[in-house]
Amino acid sequence: MNKIVASAAKAIEGIQDDMTIMLGGFGLCGIPENCIQALVALGVKNLTCISNNAGVDDFGLGLLLQKRQIKKMISSYVGENDEFERQMLSGELEVDLIPQGSLASRCQAGGAGVPAFYTPAGYGTEVAAGKEVRYFDGKPHILESALTADFAIVKAWKGDRYGNLVYKGTARNFNPVMAMAGKITIAEVEELVEPGELDPNFVHTPGIFIQRIFQGDTFEKRIEQRTVRTKEV
Amino acid sequence: MLDKIGIAKRISQELSDGWYVNLGIGIPTLVANYVPEGMNVEFQSENGILGMGPFPFEGEEDADYINAGKQTVTIKPGGSIFDSATSFAMIRGKHIQMTVLGAMEVAQNGDIANWKIPGKMVKGMGGAMDLVASSDNIIVAMMHTNKRGKSKLLKSCSLPLTGVACVKKIVTNLAVLEITDKGFLLKERAPGVSVEDIQNATEGHLIVEGDIPEMTGVAV
Repeated sequence: MNKIVASAAKAIEGIQDDMTIMLGGFGLCGIPENCIQALVALGVKNLTCISNNAGVDDFGLGLLLQKRQIKKMISSYVGENDEFERQMLSGELEVDLIPQGSLASRCQAGGAGVPAFYTPAGYGTEVAAGKEVRYFDGKPHILESALTADFAIVKAWKGDRYGNLVYKGTARNFNPVMAMAGKITIAEVEELVEPGELDPNFVHTPGIFIQRIFQGDTFEKRIEQRTVRTKEV
Repeated sequence: MLDKIGIAKRISQELSDGWYVNLGIGIPTLVANYVPEGMNVEFQSENGILGMGPFPFEGEEDADYINAGKQTVTIKPGGSIFDSATSFAMIRGKHIQMTVLGAMEVAQNGDIANWKIPGKMVKGMGGAMDLVASSDNIIVAMMHTNKRGKSKLLKSCSLPLTGVACVKKIVTNLAVLEITDKGFLLKERAPGVSVEDIQNATEGHLIVEGDIPEMTGVAV
């Protein structure tokens, strides 16, 4: 078993205009920055991107927005990106905002063969428009459908040629559930290791969900809100 | 009248030993600084942390450790990290004992609006809809009026809703109020604030029963 590809450019081969792509990450934490740059270079257009956030103006998915490569975003929170807000309010960009927990569960359901599920989140709000409502234990829930993608792109700390992945810190976030939901899932990792180096007890994403893996050239890992305290003397 | 820190201090009095608590962005985040001494409370951050610790020391910040507000944070000993689906299983599965979040509007029946101003500001709901739809103990931390001086405690919300009939308690710069079947029940006044001041700043139905005590333990 060897799923290693040489580069981000090789990893995204086959991504075409009008496709749906899932991208892991929360804010700028745990985003597949090498693949995003490769997508900018490839110049594919009319993408539907499923990602919790939309990056910032000059990093993450903001780079694809700048080049008008995204037709539609499916996200839960997009507050940090002026260009995004401008494109959305002007109607250039189609946006589907959905509750964060529903987003995670919809990806997980898509990867797990569950076509839909009921959740209390969003009942009585715009999110519930057109969706079936059903009461369980006297409480209203709405029917949410699973999400899948032509390609899912995730970012991990370490991985091996089988596609087994380990994430670091809160860079885990949406990556494990999106890894499950891609027809083809690409993993970009900070470090490719030999099989056996990852303790099977602590593998976060089993290799079965991954089709292509590569070690990213560089990881800028930009921090959005640098908050620190000073050491007491 | 309270400032943001005063609001956070008053909300910290609602904590109980052994609770898991989710704090929203803004004033709610400040509550973590005022956990009563000797009390063990664990903070959940919906991007995947239980046991969230203080900000890192200068030079020790790590882009891979952030909270839901995208701020660099630390994890306390005994903390854990998990994916977003597991995080919202904790939230929707009612494993969290208290949720504190901000709001743009709260209605007298407990409706809350905090994610969208049509045509103006659309940031998204993030995890707020999951949180308010699931938690039994939702406290709103906010200013009593908006920047234009208009009440944020209304008969009914004018903005798109985040959740329906879900808020239980509100702590503002002026007062502590509970949501009841009949409206906003005034429980406490901020230092130096009269019942009349609160009445004037509340558009929704305010219920005043007997003497309303002044808050304690909120001095900065």
